Amino acid sequence: MKVMDNLYYTKDHEWLKIEGKIGYVGIADYAQDQLGSIVFVELPEEDDEIEAGEAFGAIESVKAATDIYAPVDGTVVECNYDLEDEPELINEDCYENWIIKIKIDDESQKDDLMNADEYKEYLETLDEEE
Amino acid sequence: MDVRKTHLYEEHQKLGAKLMAYSGWEMPIEYAGIKEEHNAVREKAGLFDVSHMGEVKVTGKDAEKFVQYLVTNDAKSLKEGKIFYAMMCYENGGIVDDLLVYKYNDEDFLLVINAANVEKDFDWMKSVKEKGNYDINLVNISGEISEVALQGPKAEKILQKIADKDLKEIKFFEFFPEININGIKCIVSRSGYTGEDGFEIYTENENIASIWRKILEVGEEEGVQPIGLGARDTLRFEANLPLYGNELSKDITPIEAGYNFAVKLDGDDFSGRDSLVKQKEEGLKRKIVGFELLDRGIPRHEYPVVNEAGEEIGFVTTGYKSITLGKSIGLAMVDIEYAKLDTEIYIQIRKKQAKAKVIKRSFLKKNYK
Repeated sequence: MKVMDNLYYTKDHEWLKIEGKIGYVGIADYAQDQLGSIVFVELPEEDDEIEAGEAFGAIESVKAATDIYAPVDGTVVECNYDLEDEPELINEDCYENWIIKIKIDDESQKDDLMNADEYKEYLETLDEEE
Repeated sequence: MDVRKTHLYEEHQKLGAKLMAYSGWEMPIEYAGIKEEHNAVREKAGLFDVSHMGEVKVTGKDAEKFVQYLVTNDAKSLKEGKIFYAMMCYENGGIVDDLLVYKYNDEDFLLVINAANVEKDFDWMKSVKEKGNYDINLVNISGEISEVALQGPKAEKILQKIADKDLKEIKFFEFFPEININGIKCIVSRSGYTGEDGFEIYTENENIASIWRKILEVGEEEGVQPIGLGARDTLRFEANLPLYGNELSKDITPIEAGYNFAVKLDGDDFSGRDSLVKQKEEGLKRKIVGFELLDRGIPRHEYPVVNEAGEEIGFVTTGYKSITLGKSIGLAMVDIEYAKLDTEIYIQIRKKQAKAKVIKRSFLKKNYK
C-alpha cells in the first residue's frame, strides 16, 4: 500500500494535507483498494462546518457505501466536483485527487492523527489481523 | 460458526480472489474487480463457484406428489429433463426459500436451494414429508456435490469443447442428467442467475477443481474470467432475479414479491396456497416495484422509501448503480398506492431524500437460448 510522506492519517484511512490554515482531505490507498471500483462520491456543501470524527460525505463502490470522516474540525471551502462525474479518479490516484478543501479551525488537532510512519505501522497491524 | 471452504478454495487463492465469509462459506467476492467481471459475463463468459448451494434428492413413489405440495409451481406439468423455478412457502404464504426443481421422472427430483437456508429448508421438507405421510426418500446431498456456473454469450462455445454431448440439444431450463465434461460425469443444465445464456454444472466434490481449471483453460481464447459473488449479485439484479434475504423472505409472499410466473394458484394444492389465494382476492397492500433514481445517489438494500411528505412507504430490497445501464436503479417494496408506473417516490439516502420514479422491473432484456 502506498503511503505518502508529509500527510496525516486517520484510523479510517482518510488523509489530511496541511498548507497553512488550509487542509485537503482524501482517502488513502488502503481504503480505495478495499473499496474497489468507486462509482459515486457524495460531497458536502461548501461552508458546511465539519467536526473531527464525523461523517461529511460518502464514497460508494459497486458493492457498498462507506462514510468519509473529517480528520479535524473545520469549514468546507471547496469540493472536488470532478469526482461527481469521474469518481474513479480516486482509484487512479487517491493522493492527487483530494475530496474536500477545508479551513482548519485548530491546527494542533493534527497531533491526534498519525504521521506517515505511524500510519505504516498501523497498516501492518491490520494485515496481521487478517 | 465454522466457516466452510468449497473444493475450489485453493483455486480462488491462486487466482488472487478477495475472499469473504458468505452464508457460512468462505467465498470469492471478486477477482479482477466487479465491473470488469460483470462486463465479462454480459459480453463474453464468466465462471462462478457456486458450490455453496444446497442440493436435495427426492426419490420414491410419491416424489411428484410431494414436490407438488412442497413448491408453488406445478410439478405435474413439468416434463422429464426440464427444470422450473419455484418457491417453498409457509402456511401463511411467507417464503421459506426459492429453488430450482430438476425433474428426472415422476419418482426422481433434484432440488437446488440457497446455501444460507440448507438446514432450515431440509427441516421444512422433512416436516412436509411427515405431515403428508409421503412415501419418499429425502436426502440432503449438499455435502457431496460441488457446482460451477458458466455464464455469458460464449458459454456454449467454451463448454462444448469439453462436453461429450451436443449442448444445442438442451434449451434454457432443460438439463442433461448425465454428460461427460472433460471426461468427468456431471449433471449440466442450461440455466443460471445472470440473465445470460449459460450452464450450471454439478459434479462430485473431488472432480470440481479439474473442471474449473479446464474451463478457464479452454475458454481463454473466448475471454472467460472467474467471477465472484459481487458481480453475481449485480448481474442477477439487473435481470430482475430475486435474492432470498432481499426480495424474498419469511415476511414477504411470492405475490408481493411479484414472481407470479412461479406460482400456480389454479393447480393442485401446495403449502401456503390458501393464504396466497386470499391475498390475491383481497388485493395486495404492498408490492415490489422497479425504480430509477432521478437525483444523484445510489440506492441500497434496506434504505427507507418515503413519499413527498417524508412518510415511510417502504424499503429498498436491492439497489445499484447498474453497471450495464450506467444509472442508479433498484427494487423496492412499497405501499400499493405508490406502485403504479411513473409514480414519484423518494429514497432516503443518509440525510438526503433522493427523488425516484417507479419504472418497469425488466431493466434488461434477457439473452436466454
